[in-house]
Amino acid sequence: MDLAFGASYEEFRADVRRFLEENKKNKSGEKGLSRPSSDVRKWQKLLIENGYAARAIPREYGGYGAEPDILKSRIIAEEFTKAGMPLGMSNQGISMLVPTLLELGTEEQKQNWIASTIRGETVWCQGYSEPGSGSDLASLQTKATEDGDDFIINGQKIWTSTAKSADMMFCLVRTEPDAPKHEGISYLIFSMDTPGIEVRPLKTMTGHAEFNEVFFTDVRVPKSQIVGKRGQGWFVANATLKHERGMLGDPNQAGTRLAAIVDLMHEETVSGERLIDNPLFRDRLVQLQARVFAMQFHGMRLLTANAKGERGGIASLVVKLMGCELNHQLAALAIDALGELGVLYEDSAHLRNNGRWQWSYMFDLGLIIGGGTAQIQKNIISERGLGMPREPKPAKKEGAA
Amino acid sequence: MEFALSEEQRLLQDSVGRFLEEVSELDVVRKAADQHASHSREVWEGLVELGVAGMLVPEEFGGLGLGILEAALISEMLGRCVAPVPFVATAVMAPLAISRAGSRAQKEVWLPLLASGERIVGAALSEVVGARDGAGITSAEGKLSGRALFVIDGPAADVFLIADQNKALYLVDSNANGLTRRELTTIDLTRPVSELVLDNVAAEMLANSSAEIVDGVIDAGRIMLAADTLGAGDMMLEKAVAYAKERKQFSRVIGSFQAVKHLCAEMAAELEPCRSLLWYAAYAQDALPDESRLMATHVKAHLSETGRFVARTATEVHGGMGFTDLLGLHYWFKRIGLDRQLLGGPERLREEVARLQGWGPVAA
Repeated sequence: MDLAFGASYEEFRADVRRFLEENKKNKSGEKGLSRPSSDVRKWQKLLIENGYAARAIPREYGGYGAEPDILKSRIIAEEFTKAGMPLGMSNQGISMLVPTLLELGTEEQKQNWIASTIRGETVWCQGYSEPGSGSDLASLQTKATEDGDDFIINGQKIWTSTAKSADMMFCLVRTEPDAPKHEGISYLIFSMDTPGIEVRPLKTMTGHAEFNEVFFTDVRVPKSQIVGKRGQGWFVANATLKHERGMLGDPNQAGTRLAAIVDLMHEETVSGERLIDNPLFRDRLVQLQARVFAMQFHGMRLLTANAKGERGGIASLVVKLMGCELNHQLAALAIDALGELGVLYEDSAHLRNNGRWQWSYMFDLGLIIGGGTAQIQKNIISERGLGMPREPKPAKKEGAA
Repeated sequence: MEFALSEEQRLLQDSVGRFLEEVSELDVVRKAADQHASHSREVWEGLVELGVAGMLVPEEFGGLGLGILEAALISEMLGRCVAPVPFVATAVMAPLAISRAGSRAQKEVWLPLLASGERIVGAALSEVVGARDGAGITSAEGKLSGRALFVIDGPAADVFLIADQNKALYLVDSNANGLTRRELTTIDLTRPVSELVLDNVAAEMLANSSAEIVDGVIDAGRIMLAADTLGAGDMMLEKAVAYAKERKQFSRVIGSFQAVKHLCAEMAAELEPCRSLLWYAAYAQDALPDESRLMATHVKAHLSETGRFVARTATEVHGGMGFTDLLGLHYWFKRIGLDRQLLGGPERLREEVARLQGWGPVAA
């Protein structure tokens, strides 16, 4: 245990601080699910040039080209957060597609897509889940059939978060209908402008359409737009899923949320009594603070393991489950402490924090379900982490499909 | 930055763990418990040989000069093996108290005796945290009177570490005139605790005592109890998983039922972040003085809650067998139960956490 970063890292930290000080004016706090604005893209460009975004992406693909260094990445995140400055863009294209292309894409695919994606010029959406294939993703039915130099896609995707604004989709389709389910899938990338694609917004319990459904009718995609080999799409996708689970359950988000609740409980009053003076709410706050600390230190432990090239084992398998649950419980505490004010929503009078706590409380339930449900996470923890047996498959009836 | 155990720390933990697995087997634990023994001499002597008694004693006084994190790693192993030995008071709280509050002469006398295991010290500090049944020790003209409950490592002790009403620390010989000791029977027979009644008993005050030192000693004790719970919880989970992979019902091992698997996954998911919190809290005692109190209080509270969840859940996974005496799983269950209440239960600890951060009503 040594929580000091050491001299060379402290020098790096000083550089980051200097950069942030010099660029204070460029603060653009905009976040969201739509396309990045030109301001955000300009900021992203500046960050890449200075090595604060796309840091380990090779220069030939438009990145900064530094050696991967998890500690430096952490310092960047720490300093940007402390200064209240927006970090580099984070979206499914950057965190899932780019690592996949780097690992498994052809040279041409890398050249075509990585640079524009990390600059925020090309926005991606993910076509994985289907109405009939959620937890059992490998049962997906969207078909791609061969026709000359093209695949022709028919089927439907759901939970496609940025489909409305995306330029491109990375998509899992069934190319080998007769192969075992994990071996008949291919990973295709194609433009959302391709004829035959229809996007319909999917309104959720929050009242907003954070997701979409995407329908494919005879969508023609050149065969060259496959990533990895035909039939290998499941394994290509798994390379990216591990990146997604790392994104969900981020303990720094919990820390930010906790700090906001501490402020809220000191500022808000009920009949003149500050919320923090109520022993029951205070107790809930302290209980969650212990969990936030535990997850933050847990993150540091996994960071060290990663930096040493060790596998996190069971310690890393629990992060999505525990992190998402914690965020949800934090939102619940904020709502409960606010009481009646906590249920105000949309543009109501007396609204607090733009109704964000209620939105989070609902949206986080979506995150507990998405990216592998809590129950799937528990299967993973018990099977891969604890070595417990899989649920036996029901015996197939003679002649059944 | 390195958030991990060092190679030396891992080796230390492994070697003590291996020793305990061999020597502190369930029948040894059961024998000590059945006889209401103060401790298992065989296990204790082996630990003394490994240096455990003197791990926090500075090298110049015959110890290993290690830190709270190392002590926590050992405490974890003791909880893992429900070892029937003194530790929290004699190997952690007392050496810290004497090192920090003792005069040079007191250190020279006492620390080598602790490190060699020639003396076992019980800690009578529960009243500093919260007095029950009118207990409390007062000093007058260097003599101590009153009652102390839940004295940690009490039945095995030759000497007691006692705090008076002003949080001054004293050492008292167990044979001193006017002192009576009796065992309090708790659920956990692997680590019995004592009650002391003192009537004008001669005591040696630690020369540089302060309230701050007492608080630090209690923090260290809390970390050890949290570590003990982590180790005991880990072992209960391991036993539950092993049992679930073996036990068959409905022609399948019960570990293939998701209802059972998910209970095991939940235990693992709760325990793993606790390990990270414990390492940090223990490290903070030696390296991060601004956070040491907050973290010690948090980790004891949080592991007490996690421990309770794991203790009942692991027992449930074992079904009826978990409920029997035969399997012995209850030793772990009870160990976690005692850890939870000693030196402050989670509800009171969380009140302290709030106070430490200035959360809550401003005192008039």
